[in-house]
Amino acid sequence: MRIFDPHIHMTSRTTDDYEAMAAAGVRAIVEPAFWLGQPRTNPGSFADYFDSLIGWEPYRASQFGIRHHATIALNPKEANDPRCRPVLDLLPRYLAKDGVVAVGEIGYDSMTPEEDEAFAAQLALAVEYELPALVHTPHRDKARGTERTLAVVAESGIEPGRVVVDHLNEVTVGLVRDSGCWMGFSIYPDTKMSPPRMVEILKEHGLERMLVNSAADWGRSDPLLTLRTGEAMLAAGFSPDDVDRVLWRNPVEFYGQSGRLDLSDIGEVEATFEGSSIKRGGS
Amino acid sequence: MEPDDLRVALAALSTAPEQEWLREALARVAREPDDIGGLFATAARRCGRAALPSAPGWTVDEAARALLLAALPADQVATAADTLYRYGDAAEKRAVLKALPLLPIGAGAVPLLHDAIRTNDTRLVAAALGTYARHLDQPMWRQAVLKCVFMGVPLNVVHDLDTRADGELATMLAGLVEERRAAGRDVAADALALLDRLAAAEGKKA
Ligand SMILES: [Zn+2]
Repeated sequence: MRIFDPHIHMTSRTTDDYEAMAAAGVRAIVEPAFWLGQPRTNPGSFADYFDSLIGWEPYRASQFGIRHHATIALNPKEANDPRCRPVLDLLPRYLAKDGVVAVGEIGYDSMTPEEDEAFAAQLALAVEYELPALVHTPHRDKARGTERTLAVVAESGIEPGRVVVDHLNEVTVGLVRDSGCWMGFSIYPDTKMSPPRMVEILKEHGLERMLVNSAADWGRSDPLLTLRTGEAMLAAGFSPDDVDRVLWRNPVEFYGQSGRLDLSDIGEVEATFEGSSIKRGGS
Repeated sequence: MEPDDLRVALAALSTAPEQEWLREALARVAREPDDIGGLFATAARRCGRAALPSAPGWTVDEAARALLLAALPADQVATAADTLYRYGDAAEKRAVLKALPLLPIGAGAVPLLHDAIRTNDTRLVAAALGTYARHLDQPMWRQAVLKCVFMGVPLNVVHDLDTRADGELATMLAGLVEERRAAGRDVAADALALLDRLAAAEGKKA
């Protein structure tokens, strides 16, 4: 089983995790910029964090044969702090980098006017920098939050096929499927979504535009729940090719739209989208 | 290595669209120096990342980025190198470090070497020990060489190794070897060979 985890916060994880992930078949990951648990109080703090997402963390990942990419954004929670707002001015510099394959995580936390503004501004940046967008849905008031999220996405003019709406569940999946956006599911040990529930959703809604991630971070989470979901799919009668589609080809297709996905030198992998390199130095 | 050597090496390997992109980017940087940030960041996607056989140790993206820096008006190169390094990803930082000896900046960029040597990224530490490292003072240079041995970076990345290696470096290396052996661990053959050469030179002197 080859696995591409499209949403995982490796900055918060140990090398034991990298080792276990590599052994489980994880070959590529995307690390979205997000909240660190401890609120930040100035833009410099973000700049150092973004630098590590395009510098140190990819290096750490490479030591375990894992290709690391990032998404960069001012997250919705900290968008509410006026001291952090100037982070929006730092973004263009980072959105030009090779390892940055989307704008994210953006979206809503508490659905404040400040979040509205940061969300719309960053969707506009995604359009300008020709990047997909990773949109987080709120943990509370999820159904209405998802509706409002989809309305803002539609208004921004970004193509729905270049947006993934993440942290979905049984209640919100249908809305997102009908919008044409990609559907992201974060599989957690006890909340949000579990492997058996995920399998039921795949049975009902199909495999198209489906992304499964561990969203592992500094909270209680498990970077191997992508593998567990693949195993649960097989046990439920899905074919190995179905598993490969959900856990590898779908994330390659979604993030490949950036033209920056670099999956060279990590085994029989074919890039499927223009601009994403196939072999290092293939020119 | 001179900018012209890199130009020739690149021309031999690049496709027509890659060459066209670089030609336009170089012209733009000469005209509008402030535009270098975006061009520097996208250079690898536009030009490729293959190794350059006729410029050993260089890749296409590194050479393209070095040429972009060299195309700047001379009085702006030092500031630009500093900014591009500060805000670069790991590959951009490495390209700046490798370009330094080709640029009209004197010893002004030594702080960048210090930054690279402080990191734990072996690619940056190695890139800090090329020909521009002649501007490093001897204590810092020794620490950097010792760090290479400690991190497993091959010593052939160190420019002028045998000319600069001295008795103090031999003492430091011998200490590392002793610690490693006490722990039942190996030491890289190139470090042991250097230690042997230093001991032999010391013997000759005595
Ligand atoms: Zn997240």
